[in-house]
Amino acid sequence: MRLPRPTASPLWALLGLFGLKEARWRSLHPMARRVVIAAVVGLVVLAVLGPIFGLDTSALLTYAVFLVLYIPSWERFGRVGRFILPGAILALVVTYPYYNTKLFTIPILGAFPDVHTAVVMLIYVMMAVGLNVVVGYAGLLDLGYVAFYAIGAYTAAALASTQFAGQLPNGNPKRFFSFGSIGVDKAIGGIHISVWLLLIIAGILTSLIGMLIGLPTLRLRGDYLAIVTLGFGEILPQVARNGDNFFNTGINITNGPQGITSMDAIGFGHWLHQNVGLPENYLSAPNSDRLFFWTAIVLVLFTIFCSLRLRDSKLGRAWIAIREDETAAAAMGVPLMRTKTLAYAIGAFFGGVAGAYFAEFTTGANPDSFSFNFSVFVLVMVILGGIGNVWGVLVGAAFLAYLDQAGLADTGAWINQHLHLTIDVPKYEFGIYGVILLLVMLFRPNGLVPEARRKLEFEQGVEDEPLYDLAIE
Amino acid sequence: MSENGDLLVATALRKEFGGLVAVNSVDFTVPVRQVTSLIGPNGAGKTTFFNMLTGVYKPTSGRIVFDGGDVTGKPPHAITNRGVGRTFQNIRLFREMTALENVLVGMHGHLKGGIVSSIVHTPHQRREEREARARARELLQFSGLRNKDDRLAMSLPYGDQRRLEVARALATNPKLLLLDEPTAGMNPQETADFTAFVSRLKEEQGLTVLLIEHDMKVVMGVSDRVTVLDYGEKIAEGTPSEVQHNPRVIEAYLGSGAVSGT
Repeated sequence: MRLPRPTASPLWALLGLFGLKEARWRSLHPMARRVVIAAVVGLVVLAVLGPIFGLDTSALLTYAVFLVLYIPSWERFGRVGRFILPGAILALVVTYPYYNTKLFTIPILGAFPDVHTAVVMLIYVMMAVGLNVVVGYAGLLDLGYVAFYAIGAYTAAALASTQFAGQLPNGNPKRFFSFGSIGVDKAIGGIHISVWLLLIIAGILTSLIGMLIGLPTLRLRGDYLAIVTLGFGEILPQVARNGDNFFNTGINITNGPQGITSMDAIGFGHWLHQNVGLPENYLSAPNSDRLFFWTAIVLVLFTIFCSLRLRDSKLGRAWIAIREDETAAAAMGVPLMRTKTLAYAIGAFFGGVAGAYFAEFTTGANPDSFSFNFSVFVLVMVILGGIGNVWGVLVGAAFLAYLDQAGLADTGAWINQHLHLTIDVPKYEFGIYGVILLLVMLFRPNGLVPEARRKLEFEQGVEDEPLYDLAIE
Repeated sequence: MSENGDLLVATALRKEFGGLVAVNSVDFTVPVRQVTSLIGPNGAGKTTFFNMLTGVYKPTSGRIVFDGGDVTGKPPHAITNRGVGRTFQNIRLFREMTALENVLVGMHGHLKGGIVSSIVHTPHQRREEREARARARELLQFSGLRNKDDRLAMSLPYGDQRRLEVARALATNPKLLLLDEPTAGMNPQETADFTAFVSRLKEEQGLTVLLIEHDMKVVMGVSDRVTVLDYGEKIAEGTPSEVQHNPRVIEAYLGSGAVSGT
């Protein structure tokens, strides 16, 4: 994926009119720069937007937390210092359900997301970080990522519900198999495996299918691969939709257009609840959303951890080498097929786990959730955030998921109320994403938070550019 | 393979692209611990020949034996891991990776770390990674890239990019190093340095080198043997001075008029 050389941004052109040159700005002490940025943010948000939109004390508090975390160079405080900032942010995220209702309303966008929305955001983040392994690291354009998501969701839903009750040839409707399931009555029948286990099973199964699909398709390069994955992403939801009667044999795996409903609960069971205090059953708990939220955080942290560790390993280097130049990578001893297939499999794994968890959160799997649009949606999250940068992808995914779940409706309501219109804004969702994508490509072509090596590119410059463009042997 | 044997033997190697015969039944050997040069006018099939040796192209017919094993039609990474390192005519570095990372990719085939050990950071994996980095720094220094570890490949000056390509190829721990026009675009001083560097590789590291080169000063200065290709066929082979005086070579380079005098 070749990207244009970074050029002076329009922002700097504008600031230059007021005598603020980019070079001078960069020569400032980093902490001084952060103070200025924080002051500008404070001025804009609190002094300008505040009076208009009525920001209250919670906004001031948020700003104070931002100042404390942002301005000092926390990473300077030795070994512990490196963990202060991530630790503080994690603590803020984990305790979010306790204060989210007390926060101010974001101008135009509306209220902070509720916990239910936040869970969906986290699931999307997990998927985007998984897709980033395929698209960002290895540079393989995958337009059918939703397929992995669907496989994960259906695997979990089918193996923890009444889907397979009474489908055996001898027709006993009450066939029952249970392994670690929570709160399931034997009388309902079907296969009931522990949902925790299913998260792992779904991940592994999805990555195996990913490999299976990868082996023939990953020989293709660039656009050709994109087309094949696109086809795959179209086929799978159709299989799900028509999977209630495979080849007229009466075998029902996906339950067709209705999808699979009333999936088993996730939880730690009675014994762990009594003795360790872990929640017994997420679905019947009064704070259900919070439990799902915290579990999703663990899953996201696991995804990010794996993603970062892999990026800095031998495998991660090989992925980036393939992205940069396949021929050269092969000549350096990188086995192309295996390395690409692994990227695919690992991306698929996280997609599968996210799908399984999403199925559990919505207690079922429905073919309508897995359209081509969704593949594009996840891809836009990756591009918006910054291809290749886990933190950028996290920001991009959280932001778009928020827009999808709540932000667009809130913004639409605000616009309609203030401009006296009656536009159904969420209806134009994908048009709006298109505009966002266009703006990002124009003004921040490497995403909101560019990959570190792209930043280096900006600082160190590029030598002898034209030579590469002639590189046809 | 004996001490004075041939590290690489290509027999009746042929490559066609559609109707075009790029390399036509060439027999070719690279003696161990020597510098062999492959020269010829533009379009003579030198790079095609290189690409067959390294597995980028599959030969239409013929056989390539490297270090006692048949490598004909094997994928590039398999050939590299058997001990063939190469550079490219048009620099093909991993542009957005640092110099150190470029060299580390070259070590890919020799590192054992798998997915799980990379995620968990087992002690073995950490030691391996540490040692690989130390070795990569050594290689950069050996190739004349001191203090450039963290520079992006694309930000290095041209001469340094050439050097980095060699360092990366050396990282594959090759027995045979293929250099495709390594001095293209270098100034005389850089070229002289590079010639000395190739000699050092042979003397100090005991490497066998196969060189494609247009600069005759380099070829004559550094080669033990020279092979000349023209229109995909081998037209001469021998020591530099033998080749220099071969009438067919002079004809290929300067046109038939130069020999017959008409």
